[in-house]
Amino acid sequence: MSVKNSTLPERGKAGGKANNLLHRFSYNQKLAPYVFITPFLITFLVFFLYPIFSTVVMSFQNILPNQVQFIGLQNYRNLNDPIFFKAISLNLRYTLVTLLVLIPLPMLLAVLLDSKLMRARNFYRSTLFIPALTSVVVAGTIFRLIFGEMPGSLVNQLVGLFGVKPVKWLKLADTSFAALITLATWRWMGVNLLYFLAGLQNIPAELYESAEIDGANAWHRLRSIIIPMLKPVTVYVITISIYGGMAMFTESFMMFSGNRSPNNIGLTIVGYLYRKAFEENNMGYGSAIGLVLLVIVMVVNVIQLHINGTLRKEKRK
Amino acid sequence: MKQRKKLISILLVVLFTLLAMVVLLPLFAIFLASFRPSTEIFRKGLNLDVDLSIMSLDNYQYLFTGNEGYFQWFGNSLLLTVVQVTLTLVASAFVGYGFAMYQFKGKNLFFGCVLLVMMVPLEIIILPLFQLLMGIKATFGITLIDTYAGIILPFIAQAMPIFFFRQYMSGLPHDFVDAGRVDGCSEYGIFFRIMMPLAIPSFAAMGILVGMNSWNGFLWPLIVIRSQSKLTLPLGLASLLSPYGNNYSVLIAGSVMAIVPILVLFISFQRYFIEGMTAGGVKG
Repeated sequence: MSVKNSTLPERGKAGGKANNLLHRFSYNQKLAPYVFITPFLITFLVFFLYPIFSTVVMSFQNILPNQVQFIGLQNYRNLNDPIFFKAISLNLRYTLVTLLVLIPLPMLLAVLLDSKLMRARNFYRSTLFIPALTSVVVAGTIFRLIFGEMPGSLVNQLVGLFGVKPVKWLKLADTSFAALITLATWRWMGVNLLYFLAGLQNIPAELYESAEIDGANAWHRLRSIIIPMLKPVTVYVITISIYGGMAMFTESFMMFSGNRSPNNIGLTIVGYLYRKAFEENNMGYGSAIGLVLLVIVMVVNVIQLHINGTLRKEKRK
Repeated sequence: MKQRKKLISILLVVLFTLLAMVVLLPLFAIFLASFRPSTEIFRKGLNLDVDLSIMSLDNYQYLFTGNEGYFQWFGNSLLLTVVQVTLTLVASAFVGYGFAMYQFKGKNLFFGCVLLVMMVPLEIIILPLFQLLMGIKATFGITLIDTYAGIILPFIAQAMPIFFFRQYMSGLPHDFVDAGRVDGCSEYGIFFRIMMPLAIPSFAAMGILVGMNSWNGFLWPLIVIRSQSKLTLPLGLASLLSPYGNNYSVLIAGSVMAIVPILVLFISFQRYFIEGMTAGGVKG
């Protein structure tokens, strides 16, 4: 290093000193990793840890312009609100049904698509993926219009074929729920299919071969090899589906053109948070809602990971 | 046996063809609708009827010549996405490299923080984050509300890309780092001149993941942006979806125009889309 320094052109004394400092800094291997992770550390402290901390504090406060007062657990007591329970119920049902649809169906399709007998595999894979490219705003617009209440809307035309009279899909709780599920299925099927397809590539061919020698049929193969081997992918898909389902907001926002569904049939937890915090400017109450959502998501996922044995396995490692 | 295999093969293709058609149906419906008068959509709903006598390019003509601000939203989203992707990729690769190539005190703790960020739904941070931006304005006089900086700044070093880049760069040969040091390259020179260029293949997938999230982002921009002139494409389109249907021509033709560029990109760079949008699974 000293050799290198001496070859540097002569500079003013102060400049040389600063240069030297910069040089020592940029060649310091002990310091470097901390410099590399600094962008994350700043983001983490300022835009993650501090906000979480401040939202916990706010949840015990009543926040008015120029005046903040601590009100203890009042915000949490106010959560005992039938409308909030309605929102929680919607997200829970939505999460449950999307799991029941968007795990087995894409898994089965992935197995079929992965079959040796399948032709033009990549073409179908890409085509089924296309809905995931649309933003929720565009997808929501399309489905809102498809599920329109006029007799001429696509879904009403479709049920009309079976002699059903036009339905006001987005005005009723059950039918609007079905519309939300349809939208989710349409947008996420291709993505989950991709996850399962990727998982299938990791199954060693020897497993299939030895199963064939043992005379296993397709059903045995599915039950004894494919489903167990896809477990890590399945657990991952379940985990992200729970996050997505419990925090679902934009879908409902678009379906019901804004945050105002008739009789709150489409209200979600985040929608309720948005209404209270940003529309009614009650930041303290909004914080309490957000923290309840955080707890629900964490609890549901810990239970799910526990049932699936993922946590235990990691501990053993 | 051979006959049976052929039959299964045909059945599979039929099944997936039908499925593909069902999946494309909604997109086809909105595409058709973009050629129909918007009043008709509002009156009858979105369907697959083809009536050539009323179909025209009027909606598109209105979109391209009208003053609805559509192209401003489009441009805003484009700008936002390009800046976000550039900053996030460089910053996240920088951080990911630090985690991949060095052993240092507290490494596990800090990486645990990365995982923690991935485990908390973004929707919960939004309220306190908004309060923080307001606080920054009150305390330091820096305006972040109603600016693109406010949208981008909290999400420059993102957890998911950091995680991904760490995985990818762990697989790069460490010898290059040593060689760089011997040749008198600084630690950061090694990253910018040697290792980052080597990791470029992984940038495409992450660029698409970050870009899609930015292009389609809704909730956070909805809260940060106030001025009509600064609306992003999703915000602008959402603002048109009123119960009165007065802007359906822009809404529908505009929705089609919002899908088309992504579709073109997808067809050209399929592999990277699929890599990017399924990153985190399987290997994680």
